[in-house]
This record gives sequence, C-alpha cells and structure tokens, in this order.
Amino acid sequence: MKEIVVLSGKGGTGKTTLLGSLACLAENKVLADCDVDAADLHLLLAPEHRSENEFRSGVKARVASDKCTGCGTCQELCQFGAIDVVSCAAVDTLACEGCGVCAYFCPEQAIHLDKNHCGTWYISDTDYGPLVHAQLFAGEENSGKLVSFVKGQARQLAEDSGADFILVDGAPGIGCPVIASLSGADAMVAVTEPTLSGWHDLVRVLDLADHFQVQAFVCLNKWDLNPEIAAVVTERCLQRGVDILGRIPFDPAVITAQLKGRPVVLTDSLAATALRAVWPVLHGKVINTFSELSGPKVAFPAPSYQGEMRLG
Amino acid sequence: MQIAVASGKGGTGKTTISTSLALCAQGGVQFLDCDVEEPNGHIFLKPELTESSKHSVAIPRIVTEQCSYCGKCRNICRFNAITMFGQTIMAFSELCHSCLGCFLVCEENAIVHDSREVGVLEQGQAGEIAFVHGRIRVGEAMAVPLINEVKKKANKADLVIIDAPPGTSCPFVEAVSGADFVLLVTEATPFGLHDLKLAVQVLRTFAKPCGVLVNRSDLGDDRLEKWCQVENIPVLLKIPFDRTIAEGYARGDTLLQSRPDLRQPLENLLQEIVQ
Repeated sequence: MKEIVVLSGKGGTGKTTLLGSLACLAENKVLADCDVDAADLHLLLAPEHRSENEFRSGVKARVASDKCTGCGTCQELCQFGAIDVVSCAAVDTLACEGCGVCAYFCPEQAIHLDKNHCGTWYISDTDYGPLVHAQLFAGEENSGKLVSFVKGQARQLAEDSGADFILVDGAPGIGCPVIASLSGADAMVAVTEPTLSGWHDLVRVLDLADHFQVQAFVCLNKWDLNPEIAAVVTERCLQRGVDILGRIPFDPAVITAQLKGRPVVLTDSLAATALRAVWPVLHGKVINTFSELSGPKVAFPAPSYQGEMRLG
Repeated sequence: MQIAVASGKGGTGKTTISTSLALCAQGGVQFLDCDVEEPNGHIFLKPELTESSKHSVAIPRIVTEQCSYCGKCRNICRFNAITMFGQTIMAFSELCHSCLGCFLVCEENAIVHDSREVGVLEQGQAGEIAFVHGRIRVGEAMAVPLINEVKKKANKADLVIIDAPPGTSCPFVEAVSGADFVLLVTEATPFGLHDLKLAVQVLRTFAKPCGVLVNRSDLGDDRLEKWCQVENIPVLLKIPFDRTIAEGYARGDTLLQSRPDLRQPLENLLQEIVQ
C-alpha cells in the first residue's frame, strides 16, 4: 500500500482539483481529506456519510467562579495570555493552549480542564471509493492531531479493504497540519503554478519533503499563464532531482466542473486531458521507486527565493 | 487602525489585495506579513530588508545528574514532550509548546532553559511602507509564536495592513485577533464560498467586523453574493478575472502595476474601511 499526499505550499494552486481527479483515475484506493480546517474535497466527490464521529483532543481551562478568589496566579503563569483576572479569572478559550499549568497551580483548585470537543470526522462513501474527512471547529487548535487521526483512520480502512493506495489531500503552508499529513507518506505531489509566489512556496514544501525524507514530485498547474516561469520551474525541479508529473493548462472548465460539484477530469476539456495523463506517470514512478528501493538521497542546493529568478 | 486581509481558502488573492492596499494608503503605513509558513508579500513589495533576527521559544533541557526521577515534569506536560522510563528521561523539543509547566514543577532545579528556533523575523522598508515578515524554519510545526512576534512589531500610530495565512485554525485566529477590521478575499466558487463561511464563523465567535472582496468575480456563480446578502456581510469590491492581472502576478507585479485603473476603487475601499 502506498500513501500519496498532495501539497502545494501556496494555497489555491489546485491541490483539491488534482486530488479529485486522481480519485477518479486510480483504482482500489482510500481517499483522505487532510485539509481539516478548510476541507473542500467533499464538494467534488459528493460523499454519503457512513459514520459521523466526534473528535476530542486536548483540554481547555474553565474557571469555577464560586471558588476563584481572583489571586491572579493563573494569569501570571499562563504563557499564552489566555487568562484575564478582574475580580475573577476568565479564560479566553481561543487563546488557551490547553497546557493545564493554571489548573495545576491554582491554590483554590478553581480551574477545571474540560476535554475539548474540537471537530467532527466522517467515513463516507463516494462513487470513487471510501473517503475519510473531517471538519475542525471554527478557530480550533489541534489541526495536526486531527490530520494524524484522519490519516490513521484512512490507513486502517485501506488495510482492512486491501487497498493499493491512499490518496491524501493536504493543507496549504508548511506548518503543523502539513507536517502531520506528510508524516509516514510514501510520496508527495506538490501542485504549483508558474508564478514567483508559487515557486517561492514550492521550494519550501520541497525542502520540507526532503527534511522528512519523502519522495517528491511536482505537477504544474495553469502552466500557460506564464510559460517562461513554467520552464524555469521545470528546470529547477529537475536540477534538484524532482520529476514533473504533468502540466495542466489554465482552463475555465475547472471552475465549471467545480460549480457542478464534479471532478474536472470527468469532463471533456483541455484540463481533463492533461489531468488524465498525470496518474499513469505518478503510478509508474511510485511503484518503480519503491520496488527499486532508492539509495540515500542526494541533497541538492535549494535555489534562493525571492525575485531572483531570471527569466529569458 | 489594523486591517487584516484573510480568506479561509488559499490562493484567492490575499497578498495581491493586501500589498495593493498598503501601496494605496496615504501617510504612514506598515505591512505585516503574518503568513509565516509561506510569506509572499516581499515578492511584490520588494522591500529592502535591513534587520533580521532569529526567534526562538523556550524548551526544557533535563540535567540528568540533578534529576530525582519524580516524574512531575512528565505528568504536567500535556503534549507528551517529556517521557520517562525508570531512570531514563527525555525531552522532545519539537513537541514542546513552551508552557513552562515542567520548569515550574521541578523541585530539583534539574530543568534548564534551552531554545528551539522557530524562524526568522525580517524588517525593512518598501518605499513609504514599513515592512515586517516572519518565515518559519522548514520543519517547524508551530506558526503561532512567530505570528505573534510579527504582530508585536505593529506600530499603533500607523495604518497597519496584515496579510493573514489561509485556513481557519489557530494561525488564522492569531493573525486576525488584533485587527479592527478583517477584509475577506474570496472567489465566487463553491470552494471559495465554503471556506468563506468557515472564516466568517470564526470571526463571529469574537465579534470581529468584516467585509468581503470577491476576486475573479466572474468565474463562478451568484451563490456567494446571495449568501453574503442573507448573512448581512457587505461585499465591498468585485474584481473580475483578468489575464493581465494573472500574468503580472506571476512576474511579481502588484495589482496597481498591472491595472493602474484599480487604484481608485482600492483607495475608496480603504477609505470605506477606515471610516
């Protein structure tokens, strides 16, 4: 079983568009949406919930006002500025990190730690296979923990059903939820666009994949919006030993399909043709890479960021 | 006045709008790029960065010679950053949230302050604009401490424009929490609308005033605007898709360079928000 994670660094480059299409193309797989704070994959795959479950993680401090003497110990010790004491301590739950230091040191034992119900997770059926997805509640922390949990559920499901692949849609950025989605993956596909921002952010996500020793591939989306930068990105990727899986043109059909709630690959469009070519390449590379058991990774110097990319 | 430019969904045009708003501002203006995982503001504003400092958070280092293996530090740590088996005790730096609980409970003075670099903070000037951004170290999971550090540089006298990270969880909350107004940049697609709803839900939990800018407004449908109407969220500006903007963006041109005619609507928008 191979686990493939789609990331991008920069947001809005087409992670979910690509993953929705891979979902239609790959056979015998389990899908997971690990962008738990802004999950969108369900908008393309029309899942039917098989089960809906609470996700609880960490704790939040709660003050019993009848016991609080307003001594201020908790406020003094809280490193997150989450407690304000006027006559009685009050907790800002959005700022509370759930460390429990306030409760431990409260001389009146007036602070309780409530288990935090911070999201909902689902196992669903789609026309393209089972999907594990989740929604973190508004403004919550623990997105990394929920991502790990969703991945764990997807792995379990894949093991039970003897799936060949787990296809994971990740979050933008390179922080906590992204690291959690990359952890233990066999391959990472970074979707990028030919813009200086896209390139800047791609370098950081490729560095992250190197850091966690995950094999990286790149898919160039909307490549024709700037063919010169697309060419430079391709060259730089190849220089650092990262293969380009395919190039997808800018195509309004992507949005038309999204409006209909369907993966664009099912339509008759330029983007669909390009997307259909991505899976066989990725499939071949993932299977080959791991049957050959690649040796130690060669570290390529990361190109410098910023507007230093010379064009033409 | 602090204006945060945020979105929920990534890639809707936060940086395009926030950099242009900063360029439109009259008088002193400061630009804080709080998308510390993937900061892009510098690509467009091209600041001359004159100051750079590493930012670290406190983590524990255990002096085993002094440790009595009482287990109090392990017990107070809710992040599993300290483990102990018999006479072996270890601290896992990357799991530590720097709550300092372990330092406080140790009675043997067996825990000393060490530090973990979370990223760098860089500052400089882009023309009239005072520029600050943070870049988290690749491999660092926690963005919030560095976002907080960037925010500390906010100058109260100036107009401060914050470029917020995408998403709706803690980094987003941290970036917008001090703002007087949040401008939500979105697109009229199902993904744009879905993530806008989530972002608005967060902002409502702390009663933050907000308005919407619809980018690439003609690529999509009217569900977004209808929703905004029902929810009583003002749609402040609509910018239709324009290949010139997309191509300029690719090269690192600002919106004002690609489309000088948008300066007036953006100045009006800024005026409207400030009032």
